[in-house]
Amino acid sequence: MTRTEILDELKKVIAPYTTNKEMLASINEQTDLIKDLKINSANLVDIIIDAEAKYDIEIDYDSADKMVNVGTCIDVISEKLNQKA
Amino acid sequence: MGKRVVVTGMGVVSPNGVGIPAFLHAIQNGISGIKFMPRYQELNFSCQVAGMPAFDWESLKTKNYISEVVFHGLKGTNIGYGLVAAMDAWADSGMDWETEEPRWETGCVFGNSIADTEAMKNVIAKVDNKEAKKLGSRVVEQAMNSGVTSYISGRLGLGNKVVTNSSACATGTQAILMGYEFIKDGYAKRMLVGSTEHVDTYVYGAFDSMRVLSRKFNDTPEKASRPMSITAGGFVPGSGSGALVLEDLDFALERGAHIYAEVLGGSSNSGGQRLGGTMTAANSTGVVRCITEAMSMAGVGPDQIDLISGHLTATNADRQEIQNWITALGRGGDDFPLTNSLKSMIGHSLSAAGSIETVASILQIVHGFVHPNINFEDPNPEIANLVSLEKLPVKMIKKEVNIAAKANFGFGDVNSCLILSKYNK
Repeated sequence: MTRTEILDELKKVIAPYTTNKEMLASINEQTDLIKDLKINSANLVDIIIDAEAKYDIEIDYDSADKMVNVGTCIDVISEKLNQKA
Repeated sequence: MGKRVVVTGMGVVSPNGVGIPAFLHAIQNGISGIKFMPRYQELNFSCQVAGMPAFDWESLKTKNYISEVVFHGLKGTNIGYGLVAAMDAWADSGMDWETEEPRWETGCVFGNSIADTEAMKNVIAKVDNKEAKKLGSRVVEQAMNSGVTSYISGRLGLGNKVVTNSSACATGTQAILMGYEFIKDGYAKRMLVGSTEHVDTYVYGAFDSMRVLSRKFNDTPEKASRPMSITAGGFVPGSGSGALVLEDLDFALERGAHIYAEVLGGSSNSGGQRLGGTMTAANSTGVVRCITEAMSMAGVGPDQIDLISGHLTATNADRQEIQNWITALGRGGDDFPLTNSLKSMIGHSLSAAGSIETVASILQIVHGFVHPNINFEDPNPEIANLVSLEKLPVKMIKKEVNIAAKANFGFGDVNSCLILSKYNK
C-alpha cells in the first residue's frame, strides 16, 4: 500500500472520533490528531484498536506512542504492514 | 430556616411515554407500558413481560443530546435514558445545553443500580478470550457506577457537587432529596437530580429467580402489574429515567424561570434490618419514622396530605405499606388520602421508580388530577379492610392536589420520602 492509500483508509478509521469533519476531509501528513482534529486523547487507543483490526496488524505500545499525527500513523502502519509481508 | 427549593424543569423516559407531554397523556388515561418480551420466553423466565420505553437510541445523536463521537461507542442503555431525561429537564427549565464555562452554581445527584450488564457481556467475553487489549477507551466510563452522572454533568458543564447515589428502589427519591438539601443549605443554587435504570436480561433473570415477579399474566401483559389487588403476584420490571431541575427559589425567580412546584422537605433512613426488617423486607417502624420525619421536616401535618404516591409494587408487601401509611398519618378508612401506584401502568423501574413517580406526582399537582390505579378490579380484601376503596381510584379524578407525599422503599431496608407542594408565593 502506498502512503496515499493508507491515508485514505486512515480517514475512515479516524472519522468516528472527530467532530471536525472539514478538517478531516483535508488532512495531510502534518495534521495533529489531538490539536487539529480535536480528538480526545483517550480515544487514540480506540483508533489504534480499529487500525489493528482494519489492517490485521498488531501495534505495540512503543509504536502506538509515536502515532500523534497523520504522518507518524502512516509510518507505523506501513512498517507493520511490511513486517507482515 | 433554609432556602426554599422549587422544581423548574422535568424530563422523563417512561415505558408508557417518552417526554413530558406523552407521559402526561398516558398517566391521565391509564395507559400501560407493559409489553410481552419474546426473548424472556426463549430464556425460560417465569415472568415474560416488562416495561420498556419506546426509546429511539439514534435520537441521542440526531437530536444532539450528545455528539456523534460520544455516541460512537455508547453502549450503556441506562446512560442513554438518563441523558435524555436530564437534558429534557434542562431544556424544559428554559436553559441552553451549551456552555463554555463550567456552571459552578449547578450540581447533579443522579442515581442508578448497576451498569448495563448486557453491554458488559462483551467486555467479559473479550477478557476471557485474552483480548483485553481490544476493549478500548469507552468501557470504564460506562461500567463505573458514576457513568450516568459523568455523562450528564459533562454534557451540561455542571460544576457544583456531582454525586451518584444508589439505594436500590429508594434511589430516585433519595437523589431528589439530596439535591434539595444541597440547595436548602446553600451549597448550590441549582441541582439536576433524578435516576435511571435499565433492567437488562441478567438483572431481570436474577429477580425472576427470586420468585418476586408477576408470572400469571404473560398473555395479557397490560394486566400484569396489579398493585394492591388480590391477584397481585409480584412486580413487573420496568426501565427508564426521570429528572428534575431543582433551584433556589430566589435564583429561579431572578431568571424568570417557570415554577412547577415546591419541594417542602423529606427524609431518608433505614430500618437497620432489625425489628422485622431484612435485606428484602422493610422494617415498618423505619418506614413510619421516615414518613413522619418527612412531614416534620416539611412542616406539614398529616391532614394536609392530599395524595400519596405509594411504592406499592404489587407484591405481598402492599398491605403492610398501606398499614404503615395509616400509622404514620393517623388516617385510615374514609379519612385516608387518595393513593395511587404508577407501577400499575409502568411496572417497577427499581432505581428509576422514585424519579419517574416524582415527575408523575408533580404533574398531578400542576394539572390538578389523581391518576388511576389500573388493574385494580379485584382489591385485596386485607387492604379494603384498612381503607375506603374510593381512596384508591381506578379512574382519573380531576381534583386540586396541593400536597403530595412520594415514598419508596428498597432492598437493604432503605426508605425515602418526599413532600411536594403546589408553589405558593
